[in-house]
Amino acid sequence: MAELPETPLLDELEKGPWPSFVTEIKQAAEHHEEARDLLGQLERSYRERIGHWKHGGIVGVLGYGGGVIGRYSDLPDDFPGVSHFHTLRVNQPAGWFYTSKALRDICDIWEEHGSGLTNMHGSTGDIVLLGTSTPELEPTFKKLTEKGFDLGGSGSDVRTPSCCVGPARCEWACYDTLGLTYDLTMSYQDELHRPMFPYKWKFKMSGCPNDCVAAIARSDLSIIGTWRDEIVKDDAEVRKYADNGLDIFNDVVLNCPAKCMKWDGEKLEIDDEYCRKCMHCINAMPKALAPGKDRGATILIGSKAPIVEGALLSSVLVPFWKPEEPYEDLKDLVEAIWDVWSEEGKNRERVGEFIQRVGMGNFLEAIGLDPEPEMVAFPRENPYVFYDLSEDEDEDE
Amino acid sequence: MADSATTEEIADAMEKQVAAAQGLKKLKPGDLVKMMIELFGEDRVDKKACKKAIKLLIETERCVYTYFGGSFIEMPHKEGAEN
Repeated sequence: MAELPETPLLDELEKGPWPSFVTEIKQAAEHHEEARDLLGQLERSYRERIGHWKHGGIVGVLGYGGGVIGRYSDLPDDFPGVSHFHTLRVNQPAGWFYTSKALRDICDIWEEHGSGLTNMHGSTGDIVLLGTSTPELEPTFKKLTEKGFDLGGSGSDVRTPSCCVGPARCEWACYDTLGLTYDLTMSYQDELHRPMFPYKWKFKMSGCPNDCVAAIARSDLSIIGTWRDEIVKDDAEVRKYADNGLDIFNDVVLNCPAKCMKWDGEKLEIDDEYCRKCMHCINAMPKALAPGKDRGATILIGSKAPIVEGALLSSVLVPFWKPEEPYEDLKDLVEAIWDVWSEEGKNRERVGEFIQRVGMGNFLEAIGLDPEPEMVAFPRENPYVFYDLSEDEDEDE
Repeated sequence: MADSATTEEIADAMEKQVAAAQGLKKLKPGDLVKMMIELFGEDRVDKKACKKAIKLLIETERCVYTYFGGSFIEMPHKEGAEN
């Protein structure tokens, strides 16, 4: 194996106490030509301040329209090891639970067929295998499927559904995020592997309003756990927090966005009618407070990161939904949305942008959903109620 | 009522459209569905039949999926970026 290239600029990224991707690539470069040439090309990009990747084209293995992100070097003669450097997205298990054997299997396959470099996990949630050539795609896919793995989504398809650890590890989970994620993944295999939409579609499932997978900011359909009864409160445990030095008035009550809590130094009172389910008090006193017992989820629509247009946050579509297998009510809603968006959406227009263009009222009518007061863009602000101030002023006069 | 178009008929018609557009316009799967409904009529094809035809085209390697900012269906070709 040839010596590692000189990389004075990349070496700067190894300084300091943080983990460094440069260190990882250098380790992989001891065994892989791809990783060695990756270092060389990256150093050159830093020096010249220009990217040397060409992106696009090939997108999958036979029969699939997603799961492979084609990448080529525009300096193949200088860096032949990265002349092809495709990425594979592999559908992660719901909640990212693995056995160590499964992880070893993936790494062994990638050591044999790719650069050995992985990203656990990509922002999509997938296992990301970085860097292989076109002839290695089919053999890699074959070995992955033999071990029970499948490719994830990319391009204008359903992206790999992703969720938090849910009830497997978290007592605040208001529904089975893992079960719903698995069900949606299996139900929409066709949509996941064969792009049919104007642009990408992301499902993300969070078990409670802490929203550990940031569904509200990143997914076209966010399903976020919530409850509709009262926060479960243990007064003795609240008292212990106070005795142990927690400043309940300043750190909990004053930080409540709904101002629905009172603390008299002895007892905490919560007016649950006004609770916005922000989780702040529960996070501050996890032994004393917990989400209510009548649990379900809020379905929200339309968030995205800035790509073609600016970033959007989700809006409430269904204020409270009781997730029950086989989730037919959710699937009916999703398919009605897909029908309208596929028919009327422009190329590279996310569903949130589509709703902005046609208007939420028209969108709701098209998908057959009645407007509800809880479909709010911001808590306590209702876009469907308009006050005619001039009439009130007239009456005052 | 007219007989439904077969998957093969739809796939053949799609392949012709893709071949005619090659190098001129990139067609999305949704574009092909709309074209087929216009060509055969709503009484002979629907979205489901078009999806089956696309699946057939891809699995028999008569067409391929590509990505250029969005997903498209094209005739098989050597990757331009590979050169």
